[in-house]
Amino acid sequence: MTKTKKIDPSKRAERISWMLVTPLSCVLGFFLLLPILTIVTVSFWDFNEWSFFPDFILDNYVYHLTSAVTWATYLKTLKFMVLTWIFCAGVGFTVAYFLAFHVRSLPVQVALFLVCTIPFWTSNIIRMISWIPFLGRNGIANSSLISLGVIDEPLEWLLYSDFAVVLAFVHLYALFMVVPIFNTMMRIDKSLIEAARDAGASGLQVLTNVIIPLAKPGIMIGSIFVVTLVMGDFITVRHMSGGQSASVGRIISNEIALLQYPAAAASSVVLLCTVLLMIGVMMRFVDIRKEL
Amino acid sequence: MTKQLDTKGLSRRSILKGGAAAAGAAIGSGAVTGFPTIWAQNIKDVTLRQFGTGVSNINEVAAKVKEDLGFTLEMTALDSDSVTQRAATQPKSFDIADIEYWICKKVWGAGNMQAMDTSKIKNYDKIVGIFKSGKLTPESVIAQGTAPHTVGFTSGPNGKDFVAEESGWMTLIPTIYNADTLGIRPDLIGRPIDSWAELLNPEFKGKASILDISSIGIMDMAMVVEAMGEYKYPDKGNMTKEEIDMTLGIFTEAKKNGQFRAFWKSFDESVNLMASGEVVIQSMWSPAITAVRSKGIPCVYQPLKEGYRSWGGGLGLSKNLSGLELDAAYEYINWYLDGWVGGFLMRQGYYSAVPETSKNFMSEDEWGYWFEGKAAKNDIKNPFGDVMEKAGAVRDGGSFYDRMGSVACWNAVMDENRYMVRKWNEFIAA
Repeated sequence: MTKTKKIDPSKRAERISWMLVTPLSCVLGFFLLLPILTIVTVSFWDFNEWSFFPDFILDNYVYHLTSAVTWATYLKTLKFMVLTWIFCAGVGFTVAYFLAFHVRSLPVQVALFLVCTIPFWTSNIIRMISWIPFLGRNGIANSSLISLGVIDEPLEWLLYSDFAVVLAFVHLYALFMVVPIFNTMMRIDKSLIEAARDAGASGLQVLTNVIIPLAKPGIMIGSIFVVTLVMGDFITVRHMSGGQSASVGRIISNEIALLQYPAAAASSVVLLCTVLLMIGVMMRFVDIRKEL
Repeated sequence: MTKQLDTKGLSRRSILKGGAAAAGAAIGSGAVTGFPTIWAQNIKDVTLRQFGTGVSNINEVAAKVKEDLGFTLEMTALDSDSVTQRAATQPKSFDIADIEYWICKKVWGAGNMQAMDTSKIKNYDKIVGIFKSGKLTPESVIAQGTAPHTVGFTSGPNGKDFVAEESGWMTLIPTIYNADTLGIRPDLIGRPIDSWAELLNPEFKGKASILDISSIGIMDMAMVVEAMGEYKYPDKGNMTKEEIDMTLGIFTEAKKNGQFRAFWKSFDESVNLMASGEVVIQSMWSPAITAVRSKGIPCVYQPLKEGYRSWGGGLGLSKNLSGLELDAAYEYINWYLDGWVGGFLMRQGYYSAVPETSKNFMSEDEWGYWFEGKAAKNDIKNPFGDVMEKAGAVRDGGSFYDRMGSVACWNAVMDENRYMVRKWNEFIAA
């Protein structure tokens, strides 16, 4: 009698796939699901000045969702998000288009692509803060405009304004749009464009009927990056608006600073749901899995 | 989770320190007493971890502690919110908390700190009256807000309450305090400023700022509202909901009219706003004024007729301190009040809780300039050797008694704190 058991090959394959999937599930379980579950749990707890304790109350949600500040802040954050998205998409698409279709040689493409990433070699914060002396009342922008005779008085709205916030966001996040769009554009079969030309399509028609539809997954991936990053931001809005504008992230960070962890948890859960909902809607437009 | 606040058995640190700490603990707990030689050797192994706001967490102090007392002091500087958070939720993360009195009011009830026996404090009798009876001089009127003496004493070694009289058990040993007012850019304003009401003067539209730390900002606001003649608070330091609504209402309107250029949260931000000329009048802290001036930019810490908003800080001990480490902490506190630190801080524009000991560590000219409000005979330098004032300069606001004698209110936490904070957030989001 042999001791080795005969294992059905299909069962064996199933076991191997379970084993292969285990490490990733563990990582995601511990570092993603568990923290989120903790946050959801804590969001129902009660708190006082210096501690929080298990309970089951809905007050945190009721206060958050009925407060006029929350709604005003969401509106403001959405405004930042939409504006940032429009400009990032514009910049991202144009840069990617230039790289993919106007630059012919691959080495030049790669070189120019790397040039795009240079600003990203320093930290987010530094890139953002460096706008402040540039845009200030006596900053480089205002003093050059005055010396050129374009304006007489310094422009106040350049810094500590919604303009400054959106500008910083676009600067910070445009690359997240460039990369995926460039990636999908590089995969577009050049013969499709030639075929369109042969069929008599104009440049605009090639763009709207061939390139944009085929670059849609890249645009969508970039959009997901931009939307989630802007919705979750708290530091850019604070610094570029001079502390005068609120964002959802700042509400949460304020609550944490004031030791109101359950309230912060409730706000986070609401934000998480909002962002998931937005991504869900975006995914309906493009089936990324199919397109990639 | 931050629920488990009490400690049982050996702490992680004492295990790490091993034998030396165990021997130390035996001495400290009273099992072995009166062996100065053993003491002197073990104390070198002690490390005390202090955290607090930037003002007094200075590396020079840690270096001097090592030199004078032999043990190591590790310092961490954090903002007021983080300090509060740590003191309330992470008792094991610190040995000594360098916190303000209003923070003390907020966190003392959490029970993470232990009261200090004033009989072990050598210079206790010399501590300024503000921190004991609340009165600077016998005739002084006690200012509104969380005055330090109201949260300075507790009922006993394990007390979680505050008592009015000098009970012999102190919550914080006062170390540093000052009188705050508005900072201005005289060159850009070009006329005298003498009232808090000027902060909302439309003349400075788009050029004013206020700090975005609710418990301090609300007091500055109250000073402004009162100065404008809008309302007289029965107690600025403890507003009713209606008073909070009214105060923030006035400022929300000003904000919507574009009065403010920005709100600042950190020391550096306030310096940058002022130095770059983005702002010409704003709430400010004393060393920030100095920092602006040291760039060669004129900046005045303007005394105002309504008086100052004052603040005070002190050192508190973590509940987890015991044995040798506790003794070292007392040693440190006694050293702190002994004058060297006082002189160091006073030469930056703060006041020491025991001014008379600091005098020994300052030149006559420095003492005259900083404390007595006299004109400087020579250039006044800060402890780091930079010239702060030229000969002939007089301190903004004058002498110690002029400045600390005109305190109108102390930084405070109110009974309606939670409501105030929510309203404050609405103001920021408005």
